[in-house]
Amino acid sequence: MRIGHAAAALTILAGIVPAGAEIATAQRKSGYDFMARTTQAMQDGDTSNPGMLWVLDGAALWDRKAGAANRSCADCHGDAPTSMKGVAARYPEFNATLGRPINIEQRINLCRADRQQAKPLPYESKDLLALTAFVARQSRGQPIAIAEDEPTRRSVETGRAAFVRRQGQLNLSCAQCHDDNWSGRLAGNPLTQGQPTGYPIYRLEWQSLGSLQRRLRNCLTGMRAEAPALGAQELVDLELYLMSRARGMPIETPAVRP
Amino acid sequence: MAARALINVPPTAKRGEIVVIKALISHEMESGFRPNAVGQLIPRNIIKEFVCTYNGVEVFRAEFFSAISANPFLSFTTVATESGTVTMTWKGDNGFFATESVAIAVE
Amino acid sequence: MTDHKPMVTTRRRFLLGAAGVAGGAALMTLLPAGRAGATPAAMQAAIKAVIGSAPMREGRVKIELPPLVENGNAVPLSIAVESPMTDADHVKAIHIFTEKNPQPNVASFHLGPRAGTANIATRMRLADTQFVVAVAEMSDGSFWRDEIEVVVTLAACLEES
Ligand code: HEC
Ligand code: HEC
Repeated sequence: MRIGHAAAALTILAGIVPAGAEIATAQRKSGYDFMARTTQAMQDGDTSNPGMLWVLDGAALWDRKAGAANRSCADCHGDAPTSMKGVAARYPEFNATLGRPINIEQRINLCRADRQQAKPLPYESKDLLALTAFVARQSRGQPIAIAEDEPTRRSVETGRAAFVRRQGQLNLSCAQCHDDNWSGRLAGNPLTQGQPTGYPIYRLEWQSLGSLQRRLRNCLTGMRAEAPALGAQELVDLELYLMSRARGMPIETPAVRP
Repeated sequence: MAARALINVPPTAKRGEIVVIKALISHEMESGFRPNAVGQLIPRNIIKEFVCTYNGVEVFRAEFFSAISANPFLSFTTVATESGTVTMTWKGDNGFFATESVAIAVE
Repeated sequence: MTDHKPMVTTRRRFLLGAAGVAGGAALMTLLPAGRAGATPAAMQAAIKAVIGSAPMREGRVKIELPPLVENGNAVPLSIAVESPMTDADHVKAIHIFTEKNPQPNVASFHLGPRAGTANIATRMRLADTQFVVAVAEMSDGSFWRDEIEVVVTLAACLEES
């Protein structure tokens, strides 16, 4: 019954909101700008941001030898602040061998499997989140810089199509909330532009760190749409579109979000 | 992996100066009031006590209950009396124990 | 902070509707499963257990929480007590209580002249809109209190995490 109510209300919305306009570059805002000052302060301080606990874990894993190759990330990549600077800002990136874009978690797991000859780390596992947070932390302040080549562009288009497509029992699209209504509020809380600048994030709701895919699956579940499994190509394409939509915005990892 | 803690104590201070100490530790702080998927309460698993000593003398202590947030954060002050070591210890359910020490130089 | 353009009613209704349908898992951490939470009476009893028959006075202690709570899972809380923090005159302890969490006790802090000030900050869980009370225990045996009402709106969570 409540679903029916929302769907009816949505019909009204569809009549008044112009659809399909992407946010102008000058108007783009991180989720940070919508947060209460106290939550911003939590993100800003290295001893107050709980996400830094995962970064610290990641730093230890970076130096730890693993797998049949008995190599650590540091053995090949050296000093992370130098070698990993700006890397997370260009992911997802098209991988020629696989013929598809891969996200930063998948890139790390490729090194786990191929270079360390170790078992890939499960999505949302503490260790994968820690390594991802540590790698992405080295890009803090770096502008998002998704490649502009042809295969990347094709995947960006696939992601964009998913972003504007109405789906789920509520017949909603991502764009309706994050492009058309971002200045609004949802149940008393600000609705933001859905920018991917801070991942992995420490979300107060989760009381933990989580990936962009986890966040996207939350939104899909909320839309009463089918949420693809973690790691699914549909989600990587959506990530890629979000990152290309956020081109030039600085990475904030690890961000704090409500 | 063992619990991780981030602590912030100024490395140097003037004698008699009041310094701010911050401490953040990874811990889920499972409240004991949360039901699992089949409706049974998930057993409590929290940090119950935090102690800060300065050259072995207790200068601050906190007792925590289930209402303290996951990954507990604390900020408090102490007087920089002499050079030495500031040690923080966390204890909790299921034998949880973590400790961190840092040096402070007092001029 | 950001300016929010006012939304037309129909739009707001739609959004509220969508949020309502999606429901929220916020605050599940503390919401008791089929048990009554701490009542104001339970809080009074917990305070009594600390102060005994000593009189309670208003003042000297100040408790602060943000007026708008974005998520009840981690609400910044700070307490400051006016005190010279000398051997002769200092704060011995500060106790925090809530009315409507499943348990009235939140935390107790034990300090003394070595602390230099009685300024403490932490983060707490809030299961509902309610009063949070701080009680300071001085070296002369006196007790002082402050309280603050905190409004908790359910986080706009559209999901089951
Ligand atoms: C045996 C050496 C070796 C080890 C060990 C190794 N890597 Fe790599 N890594 C490479 C090489 C070579 C590349 C270049 C891409 C490729 O695989 O062809 C790379 C690429 C990467 C990239 C992408 C860089 C870019 O500019 O796009 C990331 C991120 C990365 N590695 C992270 C890690 C992490 C994290 C670990 C530890 C879990 C690790 N690597 C372990 C050799 C290694
Ligand atoms: C009914 C409205 C609604 C729809 C539809 C929706 N979301 Fe969200 N989304 C939210 C809310 C509410 C939040 C949490 C507050 C915020 O950041 O807006 C959120 C958060 C996000 C965030 C996190 C932003 C940050 O700062 O970390 C991203 C990314 C996101 N959404 C992407 C998407 C994508 C992709 C889709 C489509 C698959 C989608 N959303 C559909 C309401 C919606």
